[in-house]
Formats: sequence, structure tokens, C-alpha cells
Amino acid sequence: MSIINLTIDNKKVSIEKGQTILDAAKKVNVRIPTLCHHEDLCVAGNCRVCVVEVEGSKTLSASCAVPAEDGMVVKTNTPKVRNARKDIVALLVSEHNTQCTTCYRSMNCELQALSAEYNIDNNRYLSVLKPNIEIDRSSWSIEKDDSKCVRCQRCVRTCAELQHVNALTVSGKGKDMKISTFMDLPLNEAICTNCGQCVIHCPTGALTERRYFDRVWEAIGNEKKHVVINTAPSVRVAIGEMLGYPVGSRVTGKMVTSLKRLGVDSVLDTDFSADLTIVEEGYELLQRLRKALVENDTSIKLPMITSCSPGWVKFIEHIFPEHLGHLSTCKSPQQMFGALSKTYYAEKKGIDPKDIVSISIMPCAAKKFEANRPEMNDSGYRDIDAGLTTRELGHMINQAGLNFAELEDSEFDSIMGESTGAGAIFGATGGVMEAALRTAYELVTGRDVPFDNLNILPVRGMEGIKEAAIKLENCLPDWSFLEGVELKVAVAHGLINARKIMDQVAAGKSPYHFIEVMACPGGCIGGGGQPIPTNDEIRKKRAEAIYEEDMNMPVRKSHKNPEIIKIYKEFLKEPLGEVSHRLLHTSYKKRNHY
Amino acid sequence: MIQTKNLVKELVDKHGCSRNNLLPILQGVVADENYLTEKAMVEVAKALDLSSAEVYGTASFYSYLFTKPVGKNVIRVCKTISCKMSGKQKIVQAIEKLLKIKMGETTRDKQFTLIESNCLGWCHKGPVMLVNDDVYSEITPEKAIDIIRDLDPKHLTDF
Amino acid sequence: MGYKGLKKVDIIFDCANCEPLEVLKKALAMTPDQIIEQIISSGLRGRGGAGFPTGLKWKLAKAEKSDVKYVICNADEGEPGTFKDREILDVVPSKVLVGMAICAYAIGAKEGFVYLRNEYNFLLKDLNPLIEKFNKNIQNLGLDFTIKMFSGSGAYICGEESALFESMEGKRGEPRNKPPYPTKIGYNGKPTVINNVETLVYCTMIIRIGVEPFKKLGTSDSRGSKVFSISGDTTKAGIYELELGIGVDEFVKEFGNGDTKAVQIGGASGFCVPRKDFKNKIIGFEGVPTGGSMMIFNSSRSMYNVLKDYLEFFAEESCGQCTPCRVGTQQLLKGIEAIKRGEKPSSYLNQLLKLTETMKVASKCGLGQSVQNSFSSIVNNFREEMIY
Repeated sequence: MSIINLTIDNKKVSIEKGQTILDAAKKVNVRIPTLCHHEDLCVAGNCRVCVVEVEGSKTLSASCAVPAEDGMVVKTNTPKVRNARKDIVALLVSEHNTQCTTCYRSMNCELQALSAEYNIDNNRYLSVLKPNIEIDRSSWSIEKDDSKCVRCQRCVRTCAELQHVNALTVSGKGKDMKISTFMDLPLNEAICTNCGQCVIHCPTGALTERRYFDRVWEAIGNEKKHVVINTAPSVRVAIGEMLGYPVGSRVTGKMVTSLKRLGVDSVLDTDFSADLTIVEEGYELLQRLRKALVENDTSIKLPMITSCSPGWVKFIEHIFPEHLGHLSTCKSPQQMFGALSKTYYAEKKGIDPKDIVSISIMPCAAKKFEANRPEMNDSGYRDIDAGLTTRELGHMINQAGLNFAELEDSEFDSIMGESTGAGAIFGATGGVMEAALRTAYELVTGRDVPFDNLNILPVRGMEGIKEAAIKLENCLPDWSFLEGVELKVAVAHGLINARKIMDQVAAGKSPYHFIEVMACPGGCIGGGGQPIPTNDEIRKKRAEAIYEEDMNMPVRKSHKNPEIIKIYKEFLKEPLGEVSHRLLHTSYKKRNHY
Repeated sequence: MIQTKNLVKELVDKHGCSRNNLLPILQGVVADENYLTEKAMVEVAKALDLSSAEVYGTASFYSYLFTKPVGKNVIRVCKTISCKMSGKQKIVQAIEKLLKIKMGETTRDKQFTLIESNCLGWCHKGPVMLVNDDVYSEITPEKAIDIIRDLDPKHLTDF
Repeated sequence: MGYKGLKKVDIIFDCANCEPLEVLKKALAMTPDQIIEQIISSGLRGRGGAGFPTGLKWKLAKAEKSDVKYVICNADEGEPGTFKDREILDVVPSKVLVGMAICAYAIGAKEGFVYLRNEYNFLLKDLNPLIEKFNKNIQNLGLDFTIKMFSGSGAYICGEESALFESMEGKRGEPRNKPPYPTKIGYNGKPTVINNVETLVYCTMIIRIGVEPFKKLGTSDSRGSKVFSISGDTTKAGIYELELGIGVDEFVKEFGNGDTKAVQIGGASGFCVPRKDFKNKIIGFEGVPTGGSMMIFNSSRSMYNVLKDYLEFFAEESCGQCTPCRVGTQQLLKGIEAIKRGEKPSSYLNQLLKLTETMKVASKCGLGQSVQNSFSSIVNNFREEMIY
């Protein structure tokens, strides 16, 4: 690796060859404004906001796209640069729907920030905003408002590079160039997984989640309704970012208090249903292994693959419809919670389930779609009435006028509020696998999983595909057929990695027994419903916070959750039993691939 | 439907199934079916293992790869300044009158679509029009009408 | 500045004593370095408009270590007012193919493409069999090189070399970030020489007639001759090969019809030279460069209409990916319309002129960068016509 030297604003910089001028500038704390640039994505060089002057060049250079060269002399703040930048931002504004006062992304919009920074005069240019742009609200998960699009193509690159879904494309050219779906179809007809990664990579309000908080306020305000909320594990380590806390802050107690202050009747924990998922899924895996290894049942699909990520589920339904048998039949924690909230919870609390409004707070855009899947009504009602994102909750807390930082901590309500560290780590990539192994290994051997402090490090971290193997030895009599088996597992996050894993499965060459897949990079902590911005550094900090949550829990194995033990005793009777099958398991649908 | 499927298969067999062959394949579909139907783009996406959105996005960049219905014959009248200077507008008016359509429209019988084009590369012999792949230069309104009539004598004799 | 009188030349279309394959044989008897040396010393610069030194381009490509290299003939001629490449491909296509083969030999490429704009598809019925035959002939000469046709699909921007590669790779024709340049990373990510049709013929002819006859034409910055596409208010519209470095006044004297008010040199992305400047401008890289488009306008023509036409063209043909070009072209068009209608004051022209400066320095590719050429030269010389 060769090192080159250059000068940026009279400061000397040494940097590895191949890095861009922008990278070099960061090294000496020179901030160059950007818009189309995103750490997660490949270089585009489209918006031209980051232009700088390079000595000897007649034109300006897009610092995000031009490699730094040895001996280069760069100036980032000359009149020529400032004039061009200001003009470029003014042009973007002239193409933009500037009704910021009514925009969901107001105060968290990169164009708005640039426009303020460069003090843009909206009258410098005529408006070239296309008239009569209709907002696409066809999808349960994502809204697309082209009037706010700056054509940076971050969404297109996200959909291609992180997810390999390519639901979004650039269409037309010149003045008619825009971001569209196939044939400009409404989003609900596109081959879209609803993962929402486009939303968290959009610099403006062009792509947002569909908001359901008004529905929640409505329910809270209705005295006849009993509102229960479940909050996903990764929400508590991210919501703080919307409320003035540094990235990676754990604000679980304040979050619970704030929800109570909003007027929610019962604040419960998705971690509880995550624990339940682990027990059901763990038994499902063992059952599959028994059928495949002992009974030689060839209809049993292995590897079994997790099904808690609804973006992933829709992905496999579209892209690998012939391989749905590999998916665990377990519903996601959200949907298990929903079905139980209107059966078990209703019964225990003596509330008519028709009066229960079951809400989930999720790091996710796809959860909205999942909640609205027609089959998700096993309780006899809509199991989940609305799925909100972390961001929506942040807005609700602000709307309620709460001073979040001043709130005391409080505990989740009961029942279905108790959880374990295993449920908590669901929020990070590898977490489901780790939780499942903690439980499955113990079920089979009666011993703790053989990792220090139960921390299964090989499945943690941000590598796209991770694998691990655990040898099952000295098994309990019930599981003697697994004696000596080396349980092979893999973890993939980001759909581009999921596709690689699935290509192997489809080719019949997957060496694994069990695979965890999360649609979003980093898992739920990097979900499409999380605070914006989200990038690698932020994902890492949120993941660290998740693992701290785990370490701080008294119980760190799902099957040891007292409320889980109780629900099996009182209601479900046994894992994979009749009640479980009715309420906690589901089936999948083949969808169009192209 | 089956036809489109077979057509795409033939084209893919001929050109190959890598992304580099996308444009020749799409050109082949347009040559046969006048424009790219939804079905055709999906078939091409399948054959090249692209998303249908990528196929659409690419096609929509190019003015010869129609993603919306056009007629069997596409008439392109050059609108560049030199053709304007040599009487392009009169040609357009004559064709509009003959076909009873406006610029950008397709006749009801789907025989003709009239569009404007950027420079066709015959500036010394304007006005010029391209009907499908054939160039007609130094045209007059009368000549333009004759050319179009010849393409569809049966239908257009009534005019 | 080497001012020249108008001199008609006959190199490109000259077929006397020029059997193209014989030229190729002559080239194959030389070493690649000798060929490149000749092209460099001829001073030949690209005839597509940008004017990059051809020999240097070849030299850079040759220096790249790669098993796969490409030669591409850029026949995506689309600049308004240009039609010389069509004529060359129609009349002397073999010379183009020989130029490609010489380049392939010089840089070590085994595969070549002619990227032909869709509008010229009618040429295919002659070109396809010719290429087939040519491929056989060069194989017989022992040169491992094959030429294929690639038909464009209708996009002016694909004449931009990196956009052309994208298009050949089955993508939207959006220009790439530079560097890297095509000689390093071109088509399929491999070192690629992409030359204009006319440039390739000159390469053939430099090998044929030698460096000196070519070099003695033109000026020190603009060696040789050039094929011009002449249209507009002239009785002599057509294709002419002229020595470079001629004065615009000489040109107008020859081709104008006595009432020439302005000449647009280089098409929509070129410059407008008004009557008052005819005397002090020469046609060449050190004066007014051109890819060949020469449009002559008489006193009766509205320069507002000319500019509006160009701006409409740019707003449609911009690929749309970069802000200055996509939005800038729309702003310029809307802006001059608003001034004409009196909705914006005439001083708004100054704002628009400043905008073209931004487009020039900040656009991603030559399209957006060159909009200023026609805009400022028309607006500055015919300001009243823009307003009233």
C-alpha cells in the first residue's frame, strides 16, 4: 500500500493511494459538504455539491469521486468553489418542493441543511419543479414523493448494492430523469421487500415510511380502547438519537416511561416474544433435525432459516419462491406478540380483545407490511393494528411535549413485559442465532453453550456472512441422535448477502443446519425504521449497546424467562403444540420474481 | 404472450445472456413488436437475471427503445434549427393533417406514430424525416404525404 | 496564430492510389511504436470535437498491461449540424476499418467495435457485409483482430466516450467519473482507445501518405485538415474537407450567401461567431474548435430561436445525473423564455451567464461543461435579440 502526500487548504495530508480527496480532507478535519455521497454506498459524483479546486485543473473536481494524487494541491473554500456550490444547491432547491414546513423530514434533511448553510435565495432561479406530482402511498411501508427527490440516486444504489433487489431504478433522461420502479408502477406492485433501506439513505423527504402515529393517538384518546405497545430490542438503543442523546445510548427505562406518559395502557416488550420465538424456533430446528437425521424424511428442508425479518421474508418470497420450505414457520416476534395480545393477554387481563389496540414500535419499515399481511389475524382480529418506526416514536414523544432527558426510568408492564438478554440481542445481526444456540445447546446437552459468558463471538460483528460450528457431545437421552453432530450455522445480514446464502441453498450446496438472515445491514439496529443517519459507525455503536443490554440482564437465555415458562404452563402448553401452531406459526406465499 | 417469450428467447440465443447484450436484445424486441411491452421487459429481465426495473430504467434512457405503445411505423421529423429553417413545421402540419394526429400521438389504427427528433444528421438536406430506418431528405409537404401514403395505401386512400 | 486562406483538401475521401488493405500491410510492416511515433509526430488531434492528441492516446493505451484491450470507433455522431461521419462511413468505410486495425495492432487490441448511432442504421446493410469481409481479410494478413458493429439506441450523450462504454455494457448512457480515463479503464473495465470516425481515417491516411503531407497543412496547434459539415443559410451546404486554421471571414466568403450574420461553429456545444468577429477568429483548436458542424445564419434569423433550440436540445439530451447539467439546462431554457416574455428583467441574463460558468466548472462531463460556449457567445453578441 503506497502512501501519497497532498495539500488541502494549506494543510499537509498523507493518505493511502486510492482514497478520494474527500477522504483526505476528513483526515485533516476539513469538512466538505456532500449530498449524493454516503459511506455505505459506492461513489456517484452526481450532485456536485462537494466540488473543490485542484491546482492545475480548469474545472472543479468532485472530491467524493476524484482520487487523491501525490503532490495535489487542493483548495476547498475559494470563491470559485463557494460560488459553484451555492449555485448547485440553488439549482437543487429550484427543482425541489420547498414546502419544508409540512415535510416529515424537516430539520433532518440534508438539502435543507445545505440550503441554510449556503443561505440560498429561493428566488435566484425559477422553479422547475414538475407540476402535479402525486405521492405514492400505495405501499403499507414506504411513501415516495418525487417532488422532494434530489436525484442523488442514493436509494437506487442502496437497493442495488446493499440489498441487490433493484426495485428502484433511474428512468428517463435529462429533464425527465427520475427515480422510478419498473414501469413506474406503484410501490406496492413493485418487487420491493419494504426493507426501508432506501428511506434511511434518502437525504430528503422523498422516501419516508408511511406514518401511522395518528392512528395511535386516536386509539390512545379513545377511552374504550386498551392500547398495548411492544417495543423491539433495537429501538431502545437508537431512540435516544432522536432525542438529543449520543449514538449508542441505552435509554430503555426512559423510553418505557415516555410511552406510559403518552397514555399507552400497557407498555410491553417485544423481547418477550423474541424469547418465545427462540423457544418455538429452537424446537422447530430440533424437530427438523430429528425428522431429517432419524426418520430420513426427505420432505424436511435443511438448513432451516429464520423468519423474523419481514424484509427478508418478502425477499425470499419474490426471489427464491421455490425454497420457502427452508423458512422457519415461526412468526416474527412482532406477530407472535400481536396474536398473543388479543388472546392470552386479553384473557388474563379480562379485556374484550376487540377493544385492544395492539401497536408495535419497530426499527423497521417492513414490519408495517407484515402487520398488514392478510393472514396475520389468527387471534380473530388484526393481530397488530399498527407498526411504527423508531422515528415515529421519536416524533410522538416530541409531539407530546415530553422532556425525554428528564424522565425517570421505569419497568415494562406485565404480562408479556419480561425478557432476557437473549431477546435483547435479537436487535443485532447474529443475535437470533446466538440466542437460539444458547437455548438449543442447553436443551440438547443440559449444559451452557460452550462460550465465555455465553457470548458467542463468532456470530457477532459486521461481516456480511458469518459462520460457526458447535459440536454436540454428551447429549441428553432425548436428543441422543444428535450425539457427535457438528451443528453448522451461518448468519447473513443485508439482502445482498442473503442472496449469496440462498444461491448456495438453491444449488443444494449449503453446508449449514441453521441460518439467520436479517434484511438490513447490521440487523435491526440498522433497520429501515431507525433514526437517520445510519451508517457503519452508528450501526456498530448501536450493536455495542445491544450487547450491553444483554450483559445487564439477570436472565440471558430465552427458555429461562419466567414469563415464557409461565405462558407455556398456562396457555401454550408445549412448544410447537396446537395453540402455538394456531397462533405463533404461519406460512408463506410465492410471489413474482421479476 | 407465448410469441413474446419466444422472441426474447431467440434474441437471447442470438446475442447472449450477459448484460452487455441488453441493448441489442431490446432493439430486437422493438424491431418486432414496435415497443417494449411489460411482458417483454419481464422476459428480458428473466433471461439476463436483472430486475425488471433495471431493464425498464435502461430502456427508458434511449429514444429508440419505446416503453410505451407506438404505431407500426414511427415517423421522426428532425426538429433541429437547420431543419426548422428549411421548413420543418410545414412538413409536420401536413403529416398531422394527413394522419389526423398531433405531434407525439399515434393513429387509432396503430399504424403511425409521429414524433420529433433531435438532429438526424442531414442538415444540408433539410427538412428531413426518418420513417422507421429509412431517411427522406429535402422533403416537401407533398413528398412527405406520398411517402406515408405509400406505406399504408389501403388505409390512407380515403384522405 | 497561423491564419490561413481557405484551402480545400482531398485526403479523407481520396481513393486514388489508396487500397486500404495495402495501407494496413504497410502498417503491419512497421512496429507498433513506429506507428504511434508517426501519429504523434503528425500532430493529429481527435476530430470528434475534444481534440485530444491521437498518438498520445494510443501510446497511453499501449503502455497498459492487459490481455484484453479494445478499439472503438465512435460513430455516434449527434452534434446538431454534424453529418460528416455518416458521409465518411457511407463513402470510405474501409478506411475507417483500416484505421481501427492499425490502432489495434499498435496498442495490442484483439477486438474492436463501431458504435453507430441508431439514426444511421440504414448504413448497416452495406457495413455489415463489409466488416465481415474485412475481418477475414485482416485475419489473412495475420492480424488477430475482429471488428463488430454496435448499434446505438438513441441518446446524444452516448457520444461521450464513457457514456458510450456504459451503453455498450447494457446500461444507461451516463458518463463516468474521470479519472480513470478510457486508456486505463474503458469498455468492460479494460484499456480502450476510442476514436472518432474521421480521426481513424486520418490515421489510415497518415500511414498512407506519410506524416509530412499531413503536417504541412494547418497550424502548429491544429495540424492537418478537417471535414466540415456545412448547413444553414448557404447555397453550398454539404461536406467539405478544408485545411485547419482558416479565418472565419474566408469561410464566410466561400460559403455564405452575402448576408451572413453569424456562424455557429461546433454545433450546439460550440461557439457562435458574429459578423464583427469574422476577421479575427480562425477555425482550429487555438481559435474556434469544431467537430465539424458549421451552421450559417443570415440577418433574418432570430438568434433567440437558435439559442432556444440548442437549450431545448440540451435539456432533453443531458443524461440527467448531475445537478449543474440537469437543472442548469432547464433553468437556462426557462430563463430566456421568461426574459423574452418580460417575466424576468433583462438583467436576469447576467444571472444565467453566471450559471453557465458553474455548469462549465462543475458538470460531470463535456455536455454540461460546454453549454456555456453557445450560451454566452450568443447572449453576449445578440443580447437585444434575447430581450426584445
